Parts: sequence; structure tokens; C-alpha cells
Amino acid sequence: METCDVLIVGAGVTGAAIARELSRYKLKIFLLEKEVEAAFGVSKSNSGIIHAGTQNPPSSLKGRLCVEGNRLIREELSKDLGLTFVQCGQLIVIFDLKDLPALEKIKKEGGELGVKGLEIVDRAWLDAREPNLGPEVKAALYAPTAGIVSPYRFVYALVENAAANGVELKTSHKVTAIRRVDEGGARFEVEAGGETYRTRFLVNAAGLFADEISALAGAPSFKITPRKGEEYLLDKKRGHLVNHIIFPLPSENSKGILIIKTSDGNPMIGPTAHETGDKADLSTTDEGLAEALAGARRMMPSISRGDIIAYFAGLRPACGRDFVIRREDAAPGLITAAGIQSPGLTAAPAIAVMAADILKTHGLGLEPKKEFHRLRPRPAHLFQIPPEETKRLIAKNPAYGDIVCRCEMVSAVEIRDAIKRGARTLDGVKFRTRAQSGRCHGGFCTTRIIKIMREELGLPVTEITKRGPGSELIKGERI
Amino acid sequence: MTERELVIVGGGPAGLAAALAAGEAGVKDILLIERDQHLGGILNQCIHTGFGLHRFKAELTGPEYADRFVKTVEKAPEIEVSLRSFAVKLTGDRVITYLKPGAMEEVKARAVILATGCRERTREMIPICGSRPAGVYPAGLAQKMINLEGWIPGKEAVIVGSGDIGLIMARRMTLEGMKVKAVIEIQKTTRGLTRNVVQCLEDYGIPLHLRHKILKITGRDRVEKVEVVRVDDNFAGIPRSGFEIRCDTVLISVGLIPENELLEMAGAQIDPKTNGPLSARVNFTSIPGIFVCGNAFRVYDLADNVSLDSESAGRSAAEYLGKGSADRGNLS
Ligand SMILES: Cc1cc2nc3c(=O)[nH]c(=O)nc-3n(C[C@H](O)[C@H](O)[C@H](O)COP(=O)(O)OP(=O)(O)OC[C@H]3O[C@@H](n4cnc5c(N)ncnc54)[C@H](O)[C@@H]3O)c2cc1C
Repeated sequence: METCDVLIVGAGVTGAAIARELSRYKLKIFLLEKEVEAAFGVSKSNSGIIHAGTQNPPSSLKGRLCVEGNRLIREELSKDLGLTFVQCGQLIVIFDLKDLPALEKIKKEGGELGVKGLEIVDRAWLDAREPNLGPEVKAALYAPTAGIVSPYRFVYALVENAAANGVELKTSHKVTAIRRVDEGGARFEVEAGGETYRTRFLVNAAGLFADEISALAGAPSFKITPRKGEEYLLDKKRGHLVNHIIFPLPSENSKGILIIKTSDGNPMIGPTAHETGDKADLSTTDEGLAEALAGARRMMPSISRGDIIAYFAGLRPACGRDFVIRREDAAPGLITAAGIQSPGLTAAPAIAVMAADILKTHGLGLEPKKEFHRLRPRPAHLFQIPPEETKRLIAKNPAYGDIVCRCEMVSAVEIRDAIKRGARTLDGVKFRTRAQSGRCHGGFCTTRIIKIMREELGLPVTEITKRGPGSELIKGERI
Repeated sequence: MTERELVIVGGGPAGLAAALAAGEAGVKDILLIERDQHLGGILNQCIHTGFGLHRFKAELTGPEYADRFVKTVEKAPEIEVSLRSFAVKLTGDRVITYLKPGAMEEVKARAVILATGCRERTREMIPICGSRPAGVYPAGLAQKMINLEGWIPGKEAVIVGSGDIGLIMARRMTLEGMKVKAVIEIQKTTRGLTRNVVQCLEDYGIPLHLRHKILKITGRDRVEKVEVVRVDDNFAGIPRSGFEIRCDTVLISVGLIPENELLEMAGAQIDPKTNGPLSARVNFTSIPGIFVCGNAFRVYDLADNVSLDSESAGRSAAEYLGKGSADRGNLS
């Protein structure tokens, strides 16, 4: 039996940010995750936008937390955690000058929320800075504080830094039962991964499954309704097409189909937004592809289907229209951070501060540690550095010159380092290093990566998976 | 930065033949760089026979065919081979940067031959919708798994596309005890060689569904099934013609794309349709002194023809360097 002060369920961006925030204090914290790795839930498949904070109602929680999360990432976390944060700015474009009042409204509401630097720009401004926009685009609202991160690498950075500050991450630990107890200060007994944990405070950051955790803990029920978004990545060669994050005017339910450039340089179009009853439905559809293409091509006609090199779908864990962040009086000690739909990735650091405040007002002593390791060393990736730097790395460690993935230029050192940092699956290696995410989709490097994983993890190849149990890659070995 | 007369990138059949021919034509200083730890390129994983019928009048396996060239290259004093060497950059004035364990090298070449082969088109390029479970492999990757590593990727497979690699793999997987349930081809005819249809499918009773396409791949963690539908002349699915095939493995064999990223970096013109160099003559590019041969120039059916045309690339490079005289291979 393990005991702790705070037990966080879910190592997505929400749980990871809360863990990292709380790791500043003298607390014993567990972060439990059902998947084999952190960031394998909603947080792995999204657009990676650090939103400026527009397109949210001024009175909403998500509006306020988005603006604050954006500031925290821009001003602090990107440097402290060694993130690649590209502050490219965002544009909300209109196709008809009749829609200018709608832009004005977004500008006004954004201003009220504290979004800085909003400016309505005309076609000449756009021609100079976003030359591939189509003729239909007439004007736009420019927000300079928006940017892009790699969503999973953001979570990895948070988790690594939290761990460096004493948080214990337990992957493959699915919470299956929660009992209320009253023993030595502990209020919950939690079963996960064959172990029992006792904790005073329980934080529910279980994403799509937050409703199930809430029910297990005996708190009032709410329902998470997944809303699917399909996204389509274009070849890096088309990276020159786009400079900003480009939105159309938002609709009732979504921000619309966007064009963005991921932090790795691939243009990406999407996401669609359709409710689905199935929390496991990550399939893409022909209709979704058509919708993403049509939406994107209206803003930028030179995008074509032939540019697409990859695609995926993600599920927004929606619960009404706003985030649900609160303590649950029906289950004292339980804090909910649910319904974290978009802009959850952006808001996460602010959600974390808010969660810490709630915990504090409910009796959790937050005594700062003497030594909080604020900085997280940034892993070296050849694809991100200039040649002189590559030369220096190779001189230090010859295996940097041993290239495993030729499309994205990933060395053997980076693969091994990814595994040392927590990659347990082929996808985990891919998300951390980009190996297999280039044009050949792993056609050339997969066997080599599997062999390195076999060596580093000490597993037979038949136990190496794409993303966890059930997704084994090899069914047998010839002896 | 070192200087070389001729640098060849790629040690598959194309690069090997080009190096030998250039040497024979009088080039004295050739550097051949290969990213793998062996020469031979993709031939190393092609353990089936069918190579060398034209050239050696013998039915050789891929490795046997490659070996005949490798042996000669190893004995040629004018050719230096650098293995595990990965070219990352080429400039228009022929400076090549490559990485190898322990070093990043820059070499200025008077002439360059790119023999970088091709890559497979992927599921994403078709594109096939559905989920993205484990068990969807490019056919060449499955070939590498089975033939080079001895790994059996699954139990029941469906192959998308009737390219030669797919056909060869249908037989290969069957011999390894897997059940190949179907080959699905959207066209009216197969893309592969007739001899492969006969020897790899018909001989093993593997159904070939022409004018069909995969609608969707299903499976949460591992492939569980595919949905197949008959198509009309516009490749649109015909209503109510659909059926499902349960399987745990899907191989994609829908064509090859010349690898010309280095050439593109150098600023040469590339045909956006084929990804081959834009050029009126076999092996030539829009940049004088930079040549491309083998599958990087255009996708060949037979290695024998790759060798033949690549030899001419070697001679063209030699001629460019003022040695010998090249034949005037015009694009057929
Ligand atoms: C298509 C799409 C695009 C988006 N684009 C953006 C964007 O550009 N910018 C932005 O700011 N936001 C964006 N979002 C929203 C953002 O992705 C989410 O708000 C955010 O990732 C939610 O993170 P989370 O940690 O709450 O959930 P998750 O990442 O799902 O984390 C919850 C974790 O809990 C684990 N878990 C669940 N049940 C249990 C259990 N019983 N025991 C243990 N662990 C459990 C899960 O496995 C999971 O890892 C987008 C979302 C989608 C779907």
C-alpha cells in the first residue's frame, strides 16, 4: 500500500501540468496513467496550437484560462522546459467584408479577456505576410501571441520535470476502484495496476474517462461526450505555404477547419468536429478528408490532396460548453478537471495553478520545496539543430552520426534517449524523435527501431507494440 | 572539406554498376557512400529468384545478383566504399555532406551520381481511411522483417495493390505459414509481372480481386478487418458490392516513388508527378555534373535493366569528367 498527499488520475496535459505545478511543494504525489505511456490520450492527437485566447466567451473559464495558459507557456514554460514554441501568430479570416463586425466582436471580447496585440488587418497586410491565401479572403483578425508546440512533447516535458521534482508517474496503472476511507488523514483508497494507494486528495484529470472516475469516487455524475476531430498533415516540402495559424470565422460548435504549420514544419489541415458516442473511435473518414480539404482550400486553394502524407483523429472530451474545474463537495478531497476540450492544451498550465489554489483552500498545505528544479534540459534532436551543432554532437558521441531514420534524420542516440526518457512503444519513439513520421512512414527504419527497443527494454520482439498491449507488431519469430 | 573526382550516393545495384562503369571508363577517384552496413541495397532482402536472367543468363536471388557486383567493386582500387554513411545534403555546386558514426564529412565532387533508389507509396498516399492500428505495413517493410530479421508480422493478411513486391510477399508469407486472404487491386489489370501473378498467387490459390478497393481499415490496437468494395470506371465504390475480410495484417503495395530529396535540395528540376528528375536523357538532370540512375531516375521492373542503364550513367559521368566517351542513351 502506498500513501500520498495527492493522487492525480490521468497523465495527459492536464494531469501532467497539475503534477508539475504541485511538484514545487513538499508533497508526496502519484500520477497514475492507464496507458503504457503518458500523453497517449486526447493530448497526443490535437492541433498543438497555443491559442491566443480569442474565440471564447469573455465570461467563460476556458477564455480566462486560455489567455493565462498562453502567457505562462510563452513567457515561462517554453524556456524552462526546453519546448519548441513557435510564436507564429494567428489569423481569423473573413471571405466577405460584411463579416467585419463579427471580427470586431471577437476582437473586443478577446481584448476583455486580456489578449494582447489584436489587430484587424486588410488584404494588403495579408498579401505581404501570407501570400498563398486565396482570392476569397478579404481581411483578418491578427493575434500575435498565438503559437505552436508539439503537443506530446509538451506533455513529456511536463512529466519529466515533475518526475525530476519527485512526482511518481505510474503508467499501465488504470484506476479501477475508488473507496472512501477515513484513516490517518487519507480519504480515498484507489486501486490501480494491482496496487492500492491511499490519498488525502484525489485529482480527476482522466480526459475522456473523467465521468467514469467521478462515478467511481461517488461524486455527482456528469457525462463526457467525445467530439471527433480529423486532422490531415501535409508534406514538409509544402511548409512554405503557410506562416500563421489560419482560422475561418468560428461557428457555434467549433473554431472551424484551420490551416496550421506544426512545430516540426508540416502544414496541417483540420480538425473536423463531429460528436461520436464511442470513446475509442479514432477512425478517419472519406467525408472528414473532404471536409478538411474543402475548408482549407477555400482559404488556400493551392493545398491539394496529393500533399497529404499522414492523418489522424482525436476526441475532444466535451462536457457542456466550458471546462469543469471544481472541488466535489459530495466527495470531499476530490478535485475535478474535466471537460477539458479545446483550448485545453493551451490552458493546462493555468488549469494547474487553479487546481493548486482549490487544493490549498481546501486544506492542502503548499509549502515550497527548497530545491525546485524549474529547468528541464532539452533533448537534442538533429532535425532541429544547425550542421555545426550536429558536428559537435558527433564529436562528443559518435552514435549521433549513426542515422536510423533517414527521412527525418534521427540518430541512434536519439532513439535510445527517447527510450530512457520513457518511450515504451513505437509510437512513443515516433512522438519523441520523429523517427517514422516522414515520407516513408517507417518503411526503412522500423526494423532498426524495433531492434534498438528490444535491446534497451530487454523484450522479445513479439512483445514490442505500436501503442500498448494488443498492438503487438510481430506475431512470431523464425527460429 | 575533401575533394573527389566522383561521388556516388547509394550502394544498391544502380550505384554499384555506375561505380564499376565509371572506373572502367577511366575515373580514378570514386567515393561510393551507402547508408546501410552492407552494399547491395534492396536486393539484400529480395531472397527470391528472378534476377540476372538477362545479364548473367542465370536465375539468381537478389543477394547473389548483388554479390557479383559487390565482389568486383571491392577489388577495384579506384573505388572507395564508405558504409553506414548517410548523405544529408547536396548543393548545386556538388558539395555533399554526409554523416557516419563518429563523423560528419563534407566532400566536394567534380561529378555526382545519385543512385538513391526509391521508397514505397504508403497507405496515407492513397489514402485509406479508418483506424491506424498495428499491422499495416508497406510490403517492402514486411519483406525486410521476414527475410532479414526472421520476424513473422501476423497470421492472416490482405495485400493492397498488386505491385511486384506485394505479389512476391503473398507467396513469401504463405510459405511462412501465414494465410494470405486476398490481393486487392483497383485497376483492371495487375501492376506486377505476369510471371509473379502466376508463380506467387495462382500457384497458391490466393484470390486476386481486380477492380476492387479497400474502403476502410478497422481495428483498435491491431488490424481486425478491412472493408472491400468493387469499383466502377471512375474508381468509385459500387453500392452494395462491399464485403469484409477479417485479417490482422494489411500490406500496402501500391507503387514506388523515386527518392530525389538530395537532388531537390541541390536545386534541380523534379517532375512533380513521378518525383524523378526532369530530363530529356536517361540519367541526366538539369544540373550539369549531377546524374541520377536506377530507381531514383525512374522505377524499373528488373534489376538487370537498372544495372544496364546505371552503367551508362557511370560512363556519362566519366565523359563529363573528360574520360572515355559515353553512349547517348535517349529516353525510351
Ligand atoms: C482534434 C483536436 C484538436 C485540438 N486542438 C487543440 C489546440 O490546437 N490547442 C489546444 O489548446 N487544445 C486543443 N485540443 C484540446 C486538447 O487536446 C485537450 O484539451 C487536452 O489534450 C486534454 O487533455 P487532458 O489531459 O485533459 O486529457 P487526456 O490527454 O485524454 O488525458 C487524460 C488521461 O487520463 C488517462 N486515464 C483515463 N482513465 C483513466 C483511469 N481509469 N486510470 C488511469 N488513467 C486514466 C487517459 O489514458 C489519458 O492519458 C484539441 C483537441 C482535439 C481532439
